Amino acid sequence: MIFSFDLLTNAIVSGILIGGFYAAMASGVSLSFGILDIVNIAHPAFIILGSYAAYMMNHDFGLDPILTSIIMLPAFYALGAGIYQIYYVAFEKRGQESLRGLAFFFGLLFITEVTLVLYFGVDYRDVEASYIGPTLHLANIDIPLRIAVPCLVSLLLIAALQLLLVRSFIGRAIMAVAQDQLALRLMAVNPIRIKRIAFAISIATASIAGAFLIIIQPVEPSVGRDYIGRIFAICVLGGMGSLPGTVIAAMLIGVVESLTSTFYGPSWAPAVSFGFLLLTLAVRPAGLLGR
Amino acid sequence: MRTLPFLVISLVVAGLVFAGALAVGNDYIFFAGYVVLQYVVLSTAWNILGGYCGYVNFGTGAFFALGAYSTVAIYNLIGKNELSHVIPIPVLMLVGGIVSGIVGFGMGYLTLRLRGAFFSIATLALAVVLETLIVNWDYVGGSRGAYILRPENAPLIGSYVRYLFLTMLLLAVGSLVIARLIERSRLGYGMATIRDDELAAEASGVPTLRVKLIATTISGALMGMAGAPFPYYIGYLQPDSTFALDYAINAIAMPLIGGTSTWIGPLIGAILLDSLQQLITVTISSAVNLLIVGCLLVAFVILAPNGIVGLFQKYFQHKDDDFVGRRPASLDEPPAVAPSGSAPESPA
Amino acid sequence: MSELLEVDNLSKRFGGFVALDNITLTVPAGERLGLIGPNGSGKSTLVNCICGTLRNEQGSVRFNGRPIDGMPAHKRTHLGLARSFQLPRPFPSLTLVDNVRIPRLYTVEARGVHRTVEEVDEHCHGLLREVGLEAKARQWPRDLTQVEMRKLELARAMAAEPKLLIADEAMAGLTHSEIDDILALLVRLNEKGVTVILIEHIMSAVMSFSRRLVVLVSGRMIADGKPDEVMRNPEVEKAYLG
Repeated sequence: MIFSFDLLTNAIVSGILIGGFYAAMASGVSLSFGILDIVNIAHPAFIILGSYAAYMMNHDFGLDPILTSIIMLPAFYALGAGIYQIYYVAFEKRGQESLRGLAFFFGLLFITEVTLVLYFGVDYRDVEASYIGPTLHLANIDIPLRIAVPCLVSLLLIAALQLLLVRSFIGRAIMAVAQDQLALRLMAVNPIRIKRIAFAISIATASIAGAFLIIIQPVEPSVGRDYIGRIFAICVLGGMGSLPGTVIAAMLIGVVESLTSTFYGPSWAPAVSFGFLLLTLAVRPAGLLGR
Repeated sequence: MRTLPFLVISLVVAGLVFAGALAVGNDYIFFAGYVVLQYVVLSTAWNILGGYCGYVNFGTGAFFALGAYSTVAIYNLIGKNELSHVIPIPVLMLVGGIVSGIVGFGMGYLTLRLRGAFFSIATLALAVVLETLIVNWDYVGGSRGAYILRPENAPLIGSYVRYLFLTMLLLAVGSLVIARLIERSRLGYGMATIRDDELAAEASGVPTLRVKLIATTISGALMGMAGAPFPYYIGYLQPDSTFALDYAINAIAMPLIGGTSTWIGPLIGAILLDSLQQLITVTISSAVNLLIVGCLLVAFVILAPNGIVGLFQKYFQHKDDDFVGRRPASLDEPPAVAPSGSAPESPA
Repeated sequence: MSELLEVDNLSKRFGGFVALDNITLTVPAGERLGLIGPNGSGKSTLVNCICGTLRNEQGSVRFNGRPIDGMPAHKRTHLGLARSFQLPRPFPSLTLVDNVRIPRLYTVEARGVHRTVEEVDEHCHGLLREVGLEAKARQWPRDLTQVEMRKLELARAMAAEPKLLIADEAMAGLTHSEIDDILALLVRLNEKGVTVILIEHIMSAVMSFSRRLVVLVSGRMIADGKPDEVMRNPEVEKAYLG
């Protein structure tokens, strides 16, 4: 591969942009795993669900995918609340979350994926929007809008989430529930309700992330599996529950993947995020900005 | 019952099973039965780390594939000619087992100091890293896959698939004997304490890291041994289907549905679930098959956490089905910390 | 008397919170040490650092002359350090007798002491008898009251045949006669040569058992000496009465 400065710059820029999108996907897990300690490995499946919701609205009504995802927020929120309730009663209360809780989410991953296959088939689906297609050219850098727009919206989304966590009562209760449930109870706040809200928000982010996904690439049900590792790698690397950390980690992984793909070939890219994950777990499980 | 009589009885039962299969007169039973037996081994192996120790391994597919690809490597090494069918399957199993065992040990060494959740995610990561390595290794075919010529017949036994069935049958017996042996030994007690409360286990003198490493190594080795004959069974090996998460969910669902606390659980789970899956794949479709596995897994995990064995104990022995070894509820109980490790700590 | 346990300048932080601040403590073999202090003063954290459940950033711990920093908890138990947990942590999927069997299987055996299955069984039942739980030997921890669980904790710690036993609030919730029973048990242990560190809030028990008293307040040791003298120390009075 001939090394060229342009190639390098483009790889880095596209890595950063993709990283912004990855951050949206990982933000939900930052909430559920990083803060609530729930290993929801089915999260990518919910993202795919969001993608198909966006696809249906786009295909049948011509609705913009990001708009769809916002409309679908209440539905995803309710889904998340329902799943948490089951999880709590069946596993957290009994103290079995480490084995059976994990298996529960694994089962949900498969159920969601296969249901989508049965309903939609395994063909790739995509969406149409005005920003899918055109590319900005700045100097020698190409910025495809279909990646740039999700990246931008994603950063806005995460900024909003961070504001929620840091400024609002619910947000601070969520941060508190991770640290001291007893204290929350003494303040007459029901920790279970707070956790349910937090988990519901986490699944709601999947709706939006799903829209981003199908804007950036065509989607079929098993695509989610490729992202499990990336999402958890980002969450761990970013410090488990730190949203700013998640953004930095996501962009880091995005850039490294992009560089690997450009200079070594795309078949090595999946190993990048997972390799990162293993490295982080081995060396510094608290991540870059860990708590 | 001591181990030796158990082994003898199991071999007798195995002999009867083989004779019964021969009596059916149709080789299809061997093809179908091979898969059931393969899953008996995989779920028993998974359960040693998952059910006994409480550490969930999502990388079953990777260990299985390591065994399969070891066979491919040897096949290519010896030369793709008639000479290769001279390598007996047990030898291939041994090689597959050693390779997978070493990788299992290595993975354990890197990840077992972490809390259970991190360990599980790391197994996922490892599976993908391994798959990427294999896909990029042209010697074993890379992404194009690998062809193995299955010999027509095996000496004495008849068609080659009967030979495959027989060796897998013996491996299944072996894995059950090993699981039962572990369960009843001091090692089994140690594993139970790790599953229950790793912190207290350490304080009681259980060398938790060493016990977990033993479990991971044995588990990985058995999975590799189950994978070793697979290229001969299937004829054409493809990385993405070999490494697939489908192996992971089966290896998890079967013990959880059958019952994780004893060696009988994975056996029951494998036989029932795989037979069901083969039936559904043939009558409806293979996609529905996975849907059913997922639904059954979720249903059992919520409603019957002790699996079929647990239900049996509840209704015939009046043991409480709800009881799976949970910690006493306590609001300010310290979070579980991997005792000798680098996981996040908080004031205890 | 040789020093069994030497804690040297031990400090432990959780983020910005200083849980233990330069604790220096030596415990000779055969001592009956009482460790008291208000809630949150760091008593359990100190025990966790000594026993290896937590890692201290600063300072060192020596047991029997041997530095044990960085040693995993199970090795420290093998060396002769045993503790009961303040919030009982029994093994829920094992019966009481099996709970007590674990330290025998893993700690005592590790020292090269081999006994037959019957001897081990008898010993386990004996331990349960000493804490008054023999009747429930084949039941599960979930069938126990909180008080009985504390007794199980103690029995399990004793099963490791320790040289040093740290009893962390083993007597909370017990009746007067139960307290006396446990105290008598600890005294018997001590007479057999086991060094005991008693962490308690029940002052009568602490005063009658301890030959030496150490007071911890907000992570710092503010007193160390004979029980009567310590209790007359104005700082100690202030810590307890405000």
